[in-house]
Amino acid sequence: MKKDIVIKAEALKKIYRMGEVEVQALRGVSLEVKRGEVVAITGPSGSGKSTLMSILGCLDRPSSGEYILDGEEVAGLTDDQLASIRNRKIGFVFQSFNLLQRVSALENVELPLGYANRPDEGRGRAAAALRAVGLEDRMKHRPTELSGGEQQRVAVARALVNEPAILLADEPTGNLDSKVGQEIMDLLLELNRESNTTLLIITHDPRIASQAQRTIRIRDGLVERKAK
Amino acid sequence: MKIRRVLMGTLSVLVGNKLRSGLTILGIVIGVAAVIAMLSVGQGAQNSITSSINSIGTNLLFVSAGASARFRGGGGETVVIRNIRPLTMEDAQAMLDPYQAPSVLAVAPILQDGGVSAAANGQATTTTIYGVTSNYFSMRNETVAEGSTFSDEQVNLHSRVAVIGPDLATTLFGQTTGLTGQTLRINGQTFTIVGILKSKGGTSFGSSDNQAIIPLTTARDRVIQRPSNYVDMIFVQATNAGTVSDADTQISNIMRMRHHVAVGSEDFSVFNQQDLAQTASSIIGVLTVFLGGIAAISLLVGGIGIMNIMLVSVTERTREIGLRKAVGARNRDILLQFLIESLFLSLLGGVLGILLGWLIALIIGRIASASGSTLTPAVSLNAILLATLFSAAVGLFFGIYPARRAARLEPVEALRYE
Repeated sequence: MKKDIVIKAEALKKIYRMGEVEVQALRGVSLEVKRGEVVAITGPSGSGKSTLMSILGCLDRPSSGEYILDGEEVAGLTDDQLASIRNRKIGFVFQSFNLLQRVSALENVELPLGYANRPDEGRGRAAAALRAVGLEDRMKHRPTELSGGEQQRVAVARALVNEPAILLADEPTGNLDSKVGQEIMDLLLELNRESNTTLLIITHDPRIASQAQRTIRIRDGLVERKAK
Repeated sequence: MKIRRVLMGTLSVLVGNKLRSGLTILGIVIGVAAVIAMLSVGQGAQNSITSSINSIGTNLLFVSAGASARFRGGGGETVVIRNIRPLTMEDAQAMLDPYQAPSVLAVAPILQDGGVSAAANGQATTTTIYGVTSNYFSMRNETVAEGSTFSDEQVNLHSRVAVIGPDLATTLFGQTTGLTGQTLRINGQTFTIVGILKSKGGTSFGSSDNQAIIPLTTARDRVIQRPSNYVDMIFVQATNAGTVSDADTQISNIMRMRHHVAVGSEDFSVFNQQDLAQTASSIIGVLTVFLGGIAAISLLVGGIGIMNIMLVSVTERTREIGLRKAVGARNRDILLQFLIESLFLSLLGGVLGILLGWLIALIIGRIASASGSTLTPAVSLNAILLATLFSAAVGLFFGIYPARRAARLEPVEALRYE
């Protein structure tokens, strides 16, 4: 299988201005991720890994630097263009699940489809994504009727429903006990093997990071690369 | 399809917060209901006044003795008019001159007395007596339910006949039918009843059902003591609705000549029905606008309630907004979502408010008719459209700020919001 480059970041800098003080959250991060790779991003809190994750997830723009995601230059895009990139190319899994509490699991998974500009394939794809995470008999349940692990599975299904190029998981096991957390990890790795989805996992849990093919350590806004 | 999705989402949000949505809607419901009720009661009042003015007759003018502010531009300096000359039969006759008053169709001089005793059948009461010529009935749109009116001949013969109103008939006889041929005594004089008037309802402008109408000649002889040719009032009918103001000018000129008075010091007054109707409806119109305006303020307050709740909702759902943005919602998707929510609240409030306002108007109408006045509130299509548009506008206006605030949230910060 040809392992082409899906993420290519060059000298990413992010500077926050807090009044008179400038804070350099990222001070020139460069990295490459190949398609189908499983990469863990680790680092102590305040190291800039959340900022990196926001920029890689197209939720924020770098102050300078270049970022090519799945062949598209992202750095100079407008808000709407970024929204479209997020919709098509990125799936997010958050620590706190971030499900809509009012609606069923199925409707949660449908959410990204609603913002996609394609003919409505709705229910079928959302249901397929839920089957892929093993929740075919929980589709009509609301998040409050599901366990933490099940909720995170719904979130994974939501992240996958638009067949993104990369799946960004920000501390996906942080709110789960270690057994359930490992189940989620297994699920993510399985999905990676089956559909060759690139997996970026932000974590500070070494047991999680150790399951990735490669770990990128961030410290003081810079990469400490340790090839595995 | 996309809109349907947004609508379903909206519905789930509003249903999920039933009490809050309900209270927010209530603000709009009360505002719209108040506007609708005020406008429709105002419209009803206008209709009932117009119809009671029309019941006086068609295209009528009223000439009476005494000064009126009308000829002096409605007030200002006070001019004391001395030596007021009474109206006479000759004045009435002069108004029929086809050359000086081409717009006049008919003239009816009358004598009237509001406190005359009437007795029959062992009962006695006080009533209003009109001494009239026979054309009075057609001019005033007075028709009989039973019997007939009296003729020119009976007037000329000073006949002792009377046409009485249904209320008077009920007071004296306890019934309004089968009374022709019966007698009653007016000021002690015996009169034969020849007809019973149809009820006109209402009490305005002398169209009371408590009255007795007798020939002018007989009245002067026996009931209402007046110098030989004096009359109390002259009714003038214009040829049609378009010539009422012409007739007004013409008879005013005739009267000025006959009474030798200059413009500005008239010793008589002319009113016409259109003026009355216009004055009445402009007063009601001002009142309606005033009350409607006050009601609109409560609608405004309802709108502020929507804005308040939407701001709370945006804050509460910051993470949801962040998530929606993360999965691909553009700023305008978020804007649309929150706008539709506030629009939905205000429109639902508008619809319920229209229904409630309608109900209130109906109840006011019932209360009015139970207390004897005829007021039929009219809920006009205009009022409904106005209320719908206004509540939609309120939803948009007060929804746009919270929605923009939601749309402009930075996704990263929104996702981190606790």
